Amino acid sequence: MSDLEAFRQEARSWIEENCPPAMRERVESPDEIEWGGRAAQGRTDDRKVWLDRMGEKGWTCPTWPKEYGGGGLSKAEAKVLQEEMREAHARPALTSFGISMLGPALLEYASEEQKKHFIPQIVKGEIFWCQGYSEPGAGSDLASLQTRAEDKGDHYLVNGQKIWTSYADKADWIFCLVRTNPDVPKHDGISFLLFDMASPGVTVSPIQLISGSSPFCQTFFQDVEVPREQLVGEVNSGWTIAKRLLQHERSMIGGMGLGLGGGLSRGAPEIAKDYCGENDGRIADPVARDRVSQLQMDARCYGATTRRAAEEAKAGIPPGPASSIFKLYGTEMNKRRHELLISIMGTQATGWDGEGFNAEELGETRDWLRSFGNSIEGGTSEVQLNIIAKRVLGLPD
Amino acid sequence: MALVLTEEQELLKQTVRDFVQEKSPVTELRRLRDSSDATGFDGALWKEMAELGWASVVYPEDFGGMDMGYMELGLIFEECGRSLVAHPLLATVVLGGGCVLEGGNETQKKDVLTAVAGGERLLSLALQEGAHHAPLAVATRAEEADGGYRITGSKTFVLDGHVAEQLVVVARTSGDPGDRDGLTLFLVDAGTPGLEVTRTRNMDGRNAANVNLSGVQVERSAVIGEIGAGAEVLEPVLDRALAVISAEMFGTASEAFDRALEYLKTREQFGVVIGSFQGLKHRAADMFVELELSRSIVFDTLSAVDAGAGDVPSLASCAKARLNDTAFQVGNEAVQMFGGIGVTDEEEIGLFMKRARVLQSTLGNSSYHRDRFAALQGF
Ligand SMILES: Cc1cc2nc3c(=O)[nH]c(=O)nc-3n(C[C@H](O)[C@H](O)[C@H](O)COP(=O)(O)OP(=O)(O)OC[C@H]3O[C@@H](n4cnc5c(N)ncnc54)[C@H](O)[C@@H]3O)c2cc1C
Ligand SMILES: Cc1cc2nc3c(=O)[nH]c(=O)nc-3n(C[C@H](O)[C@H](O)[C@H](O)COP(=O)(O)OP(=O)(O)OC[C@H]3O[C@@H](n4cnc5c(N)ncnc54)[C@H](O)[C@@H]3O)c2cc1C
Repeated sequence: MSDLEAFRQEARSWIEENCPPAMRERVESPDEIEWGGRAAQGRTDDRKVWLDRMGEKGWTCPTWPKEYGGGGLSKAEAKVLQEEMREAHARPALTSFGISMLGPALLEYASEEQKKHFIPQIVKGEIFWCQGYSEPGAGSDLASLQTRAEDKGDHYLVNGQKIWTSYADKADWIFCLVRTNPDVPKHDGISFLLFDMASPGVTVSPIQLISGSSPFCQTFFQDVEVPREQLVGEVNSGWTIAKRLLQHERSMIGGMGLGLGGGLSRGAPEIAKDYCGENDGRIADPVARDRVSQLQMDARCYGATTRRAAEEAKAGIPPGPASSIFKLYGTEMNKRRHELLISIMGTQATGWDGEGFNAEELGETRDWLRSFGNSIEGGTSEVQLNIIAKRVLGLPD
Repeated sequence: MALVLTEEQELLKQTVRDFVQEKSPVTELRRLRDSSDATGFDGALWKEMAELGWASVVYPEDFGGMDMGYMELGLIFEECGRSLVAHPLLATVVLGGGCVLEGGNETQKKDVLTAVAGGERLLSLALQEGAHHAPLAVATRAEEADGGYRITGSKTFVLDGHVAEQLVVVARTSGDPGDRDGLTLFLVDAGTPGLEVTRTRNMDGRNAANVNLSGVQVERSAVIGEIGAGAEVLEPVLDRALAVISAEMFGTASEAFDRALEYLKTREQFGVVIGSFQGLKHRAADMFVELELSRSIVFDTLSAVDAGAGDVPSLASCAKARLNDTAFQVGNEAVQMFGGIGVTDEEEIGLFMKRARVLQSTLGNSSYHRDRFAALQGF
């Protein structure tokens, strides 16, 4: 038996023994997603049990180094683990921006003490992180951000406003871009700070989306004191870290294009057969059938491209400008998928709540509305096209 | 399935590229076209290609082949696509020879494949009858007569048909057009009485033929595979052809894109290079992304063929539909980005667009393949 096969056996029986049955049922609503953090600490339910066991094992972050609490698995082992999780219908134990964005950046840029302190917390899901990048005047042109951090010796004094901060009202800590030098070109005066959302002077106010949910906030900072040791990297060189983190974010958002980001349990072909009728096993409406076919093919091509990128990236190489390809195509494809689904569902996809629409229909309407944000968050599609044109194709400004 | 090239495959790709650049730049296609070359490709070049083993990459060693994979053959198609090389690889090796390889008996294989491997015989597949690829819509009939078969019907878009020394003719021995059962494959010599081959010149400078069969008499030994079970042989052959055509289209589209990109970086208007205009940049970036997806699906399909994977039919249709669409987009956009010069015959970019468009119709357009893919996937 190969080492990998042995690992598969080990993973399978570990999951079998440790994953509570309730954690093998489908996630039905966003409320069931486990984000960890302080709010989770007092709980003793199955979600918490599953989180603690996975966190202890380091399998919430399978490939991160063992010395910081990670799983220490090779890429091949991590893939096997993922397959076994899927096989067992095990839910992700933890969803967090710590895993998908901050952690990889800290592993690359943080000091040894910072890694020892923050990484294990991310692995165990002890801190719920949010991202303080965008400001009212700094969206696509992120580097023009104005939130100030003044050097006060042992601490920085932070003043300013962030916007679109996802989950700021639930998060425990924020990773935040601040201006530490206003007198140099905009990219050269930015620093990367980590601080507690419970610090005096931090206030948040939720914003409602077209989908009806309000996952993000305006975030205000008034004379917030941040200890000096919570600065990551060198002062004024935060832009490098910020960009790398964005590449991780884009890979993550792009990955959702394959439908990994939850949503419907049934595929477009089945749904189309339901709503457009079925003729000899075929979707009765030839136009809908053609569009479904196109979408399924696109998903295959995209899937093959993510696999190719994974094969090309020798273990451990962080994503480069290529992450823009995945962000762009993955999100645009996800939007096309939702557009197709609601057109297939017809007037049954026009409901908002209450009677007359089933849960799948109401859910799809909301998911479709949510998908509009996919091509905005993490850098808009136009910005990704700019990055590809400049960094990959070498076209001049 | 492997989606990255091995060292050997990288080496082969480079060898092919060097050879093609030296021996058959795009000017060669223009020369063949303008001189109305009787063959439609360079016979001496074909001999050289065969000597390099390109005619027999996928054939078994027993018949003089190299016993390598479709991944390797795909790389040859891709590089030839970059330079618009006119060659009989598709018609002779993959289609005509492919049918013999898939369904032929030992005698047929020994005779045909050995000759093809040596670059000594040209073949083609006479399948299509209407304006569209529809492999089961065969009305051409073969009836038992004089101990053999007598074939009557007409075929169109028979690639390189005008120079083929043998045609694999798909005819119906039972059933009606549209039926999967009842097709039979026949190996027919070019000189056979009743066989009339008319050369057609296509806009890409390449050639096909219309073939008329009026009571063409063949012996029983001309049958490839089982009587009435021709689809069994034909379908895998067509899937492999789709895989290598997709590779060729990827090469053609990639080269058209590279040329357009170079033009964007050099052509100046309004005092700057036109590649600095966002209206063109975003379209270039979009094409680049589509090409990346195209490369992935081509590799995925070629390696699935080599691995004998079960989903080759779906992948082959997926690859062809995707490359149809990408080559269409890139070909048209490239011509547009060249401005006025792009619509002249002198500028080579138009040749890439025209080749892409002929390949788009070859063995099925995108709606054909979306329909087939949907059927294969059970919807
Ligand atoms: C669902 C969601 C979640 C988010 N979560 C977070 C979060 O947690 N933390 C955080 O910091 N931010 C978050 N954001 C903010 C997000 O990063 C910004 O919305 C995004 O960067 C765009 O900025 P903007 O909204 O200011 O739009 P703008 O930059 O004002 O863009 C407006 C339009 O102009 C286009 N445009 C701008 N510049 C160019 C250009 N150079 N060329 C061509 N077109 C251009 C854009 O593409 C867009 O279509 C989130 C956004 C969404 C939608
Ligand atoms: C069939 C035909 C007949 C013609 N007849 C005549 C005639 O009788 N008399 C005559 O004087 N001319 C004639 N023309 C020339 C025609 O007017 C020019 O070809 C046209 O103005 C484009 O200029 P160009 O070819 O130099 O392309 P370029 O200007 O070099 O353009 C190249 C590409 O860059 C794009 N581009 C250029 N600037 C920008 C920008 N600022 N933003 C975004 N994209 C940009 C263009 O759209 C094009 O895709 C003819 C052209 C054709 C094709």
